[in-house]
Amino acid sequence: MTSARADDHLLDELQTVTLTVNGSRRSVAVPPHRTLLDGLREEVGLPGTKSCCAEGECGACTVLLDGRAVNSCLVLCVEAEGHEVTTIEGLSQDGLTDLQEEFLNAGAVQCGFCIPGQVVAAEYLLRTNPSPSEDEIREGMSGNLCRCAGYQRIVRAVQATAARRSGGDD
Amino acid sequence: MTEAPERTVEPFDLPEDPGPRGQVGRPVLRYGGGDRTSGAQRFLADLSFPGALQVALVTIPVGCADILGVDATAARAIPGVVDVVTAADLPSPMPRFGVSHQDRPVLAVERVNYHGEPVAAVVAETLDAAQAAARAVRVDYRELPGAYTLDAALAPGAHLVQDPSIRPGDPAAATNVLEDALYIWGDVAAEEARTAVVVENVYTFPMVTHFPIEPGGTVAVPTDQGGLDVYSPVQHPYLLQRTLASVLGLPLNQVRVFAPDPGGGFGGKQNPKIEPLLAFLALRTRRTCRLVLSLEETFQSMRRAGCRMTARTGFTQNGELTFHQVDADFQIGAYADVAPRVMGKGSYVAAGPYRIPGVRIAARAVMTNTTPSTAFRGFGSPQVAWALESQLDAGARRLGLDGLEIRRRNLVAKGEAFVRGASEATADGEWHQSLEKAAELLGWDQPLAPNRGRGIAVGIKPGATSGLSQSLVRLLCDGSAIVYAGTSDMGQGARTLWQQIVSDELGTPLDQVSVVSGDTGTVPFDLQTSASRSTVFMGSAVLEACRDVRQRVLDLYAESTGVPADQLSERRGTLVTPEGELSLPEAARKALGSLRGEFIGQGTRRLRGKGNHPLGGDAAFYEFNATAIEVEVDRETGELLLTKHVTVSDVGTELNPLQVVSQDEGAAIMGLGHSQMEQLLLDEHGRIRNLGALDYRIPTFKDVPVELITGAVENHDGPGPYGSKGISEGALLCTAGALGAAVAQATGVVIRDLPLTPERVWAAIQTAGTGRHE
Ligand code: FES
Ligand code: FES
Repeated sequence: MTSARADDHLLDELQTVTLTVNGSRRSVAVPPHRTLLDGLREEVGLPGTKSCCAEGECGACTVLLDGRAVNSCLVLCVEAEGHEVTTIEGLSQDGLTDLQEEFLNAGAVQCGFCIPGQVVAAEYLLRTNPSPSEDEIREGMSGNLCRCAGYQRIVRAVQATAARRSGGDD
Repeated sequence: MTEAPERTVEPFDLPEDPGPRGQVGRPVLRYGGGDRTSGAQRFLADLSFPGALQVALVTIPVGCADILGVDATAARAIPGVVDVVTAADLPSPMPRFGVSHQDRPVLAVERVNYHGEPVAAVVAETLDAAQAAARAVRVDYRELPGAYTLDAALAPGAHLVQDPSIRPGDPAAATNVLEDALYIWGDVAAEEARTAVVVENVYTFPMVTHFPIEPGGTVAVPTDQGGLDVYSPVQHPYLLQRTLASVLGLPLNQVRVFAPDPGGGFGGKQNPKIEPLLAFLALRTRRTCRLVLSLEETFQSMRRAGCRMTARTGFTQNGELTFHQVDADFQIGAYADVAPRVMGKGSYVAAGPYRIPGVRIAARAVMTNTTPSTAFRGFGSPQVAWALESQLDAGARRLGLDGLEIRRRNLVAKGEAFVRGASEATADGEWHQSLEKAAELLGWDQPLAPNRGRGIAVGIKPGATSGLSQSLVRLLCDGSAIVYAGTSDMGQGARTLWQQIVSDELGTPLDQVSVVSGDTGTVPFDLQTSASRSTVFMGSAVLEACRDVRQRVLDLYAESTGVPADQLSERRGTLVTPEGELSLPEAARKALGSLRGEFIGQGTRRLRGKGNHPLGGDAAFYEFNATAIEVEVDRETGELLLTKHVTVSDVGTELNPLQVVSQDEGAAIMGLGHSQMEQLLLDEHGRIRNLGALDYRIPTFKDVPVELITGAVENHDGPGPYGSKGISEGALLCTAGALGAAVAQATGVVIRDLPLTPERVWAAIQTAGTGRHE
């Protein structure tokens, strides 16, 4: 056992963090070790973002931070101070997007637990590469695990969305 | 209201009217899919319980030890800590639970039997406090030389994993063999005498973990009646209810289980694990207690049994199987869970779907100081299929036949026995069709590029051998309907099927059918969500409930309108009257009149077991699959590139083709996991070395075969609604065999240990280069 007291961090003072979540400014009081993932779920009250590995390996916790896809379990709340976060709830605030519809049409949604993270990651991929090849989709999405293994379905969904967005009729 | 008679059909009758259907048979989009896609779906960890106490588990960093003492002084001093609970705080003797043996304690008593077994639980006002306190609890222990491997567990004088007093009267209680199974038919010795070629080999199948993306968890809420509401993403809510009631000494009605949809189950969320502990904590503190496991803790609570198999198999010069002899040791864990049944049911089909005159299968469930192994998609079949399918290919290579041809010559025809003797089983499908279709879709006869190989294999799994599903369907006065069905929807899409069936049977538009599940307080009994049974069992119960509703509509229509009942008839979605046909919802409205109300139909599907059958009964159906794989091997690195992977399942009838494809692809890729990369590794202290997502790899987007093709064979010959069968496991039963054969063809070397990691393949190629191979 290390010499540091196990409960050291319980003595940490709460810090007020102000950030923009899905377009609204939010202030939360959190200890410095609180991850953005837990902050969003517990303090901001947005449980759509999921927690699985808590070590940056599964992608269930993917959100957009200033428009870039990140694993929110690897970001601290305090690091998000002043930044803009978009969660699955933010992407869905006007109803299902074309991408989400294509997830359903392709049969990509099984248990659904990984899906919020997959949708956010796929949205980021399409924003940065509007017409990705199949290999680029596999590469771009490779940080998002799906144990139901709807991978091929998700690839189809991303392809169909790209086609829709480019005005093609898939 | 008089109770509807139980409409039990025994044994399963052949399905009625397969063929063109309304919503059934269409790729209807997933029920609840919108919420799952938008993040609105509430999984266990998303439910809010204001004021709940948070729980953290205390464990020790070895797999086997005597607990000498637990000092919680420092932990209790941490602000916010409410309680630290050890075995001493629970009833004595310690309550134990389990599906096949009541051997699992609520908390470890005096001894830790596997790495991660909870020794104590901390309850605190915040999660931070609970976790800090769990780290501050001091456990004094003396490490024991645990039995971490099959060899260690089977050695003379081995450490006994289970206290022999748990199995009084069992002569094997002084060994680590918990149960064994023996299936014999024909005369192996006599068959061997007419055998041209014998192959004998040892195969291993790794321990792997379910790795659901949703980790486990439980919330227990005490009620003011002295009972409990328990929330758990469990596959078997009614089993959990019964287990908790029995452990706590409460009547069933005092334990209400809410089962939010599991975020992936795969068998790992079938049986109770931490729920009894949470129940005791809630009753003790009189507060809501919540525990969401980490992924690491989830790994430590569920896995598939590893297996070592020694197989001897004989063939005639024509490639006909003469005998198959296999000894299979399943490495189960520190508590029985359902592992003895995995061993017994898996080994029942260890001779596969083949015509073999002489068979001797001897299997053992061997306890080790490891995570209790439990049900996992395939339930013992993938293990035995790995050995058998590889043996067929070994024989084929010796005889100069190819993998397709040797299977053609041995696969049973429909109606032919493949398990003989006292517990005979016959083929319930045209299995050759799946084999031929898989070969055709792969392009079995096409020329092969360099460094590539192809393999084809078949797999079989017995479906449920007994079961009971009950359902209610309410047809409301406006023609909409609500189905109550206790199946857990963990990704297979059960609720979509109920919606489709009700829509067709009652004539209610699809979007006006809703489904209620996951609450033992309102939803009738369902035995379990396992063994791909729900389509057949619950599907039939829902269908029966719809037919019950139709009869009730007819009866009340007659009473309300004065039209004699014998001049009315009903059929799917329709009431036929002397004046013409009415849609059933319209007839219902007329019959109900101005008082409104509703019709409540009940359906029950029961399959009684057979007392003398080694599996407890005949399987309601068999899942049959043929898988064909083409692989390219990088000889420099040992890496495998799956250029094409075909999986064909015998599905009876596809009730929802989109869901069938999703399940097939998912199972196929999961099969590639244990075939190519997954294995739990233990160190000499019994600790899982690759504990967590960083070190335990499962297939990702990049591991999906270049071409992944699923096909289905439909002959409308299943016992479920419209001729359906269960389908959720088929595609992983024989993945390993097909891949192994493909790698063997590509490299010229045969590997008999899974997974086929690049290191292993590379090493095998190197060894072969020095002249040592088959
Ligand atoms: S929970 Fe963040 S990557 Fe897994
Ligand atoms: S849908 Fe279940 S983990 Fe992806």
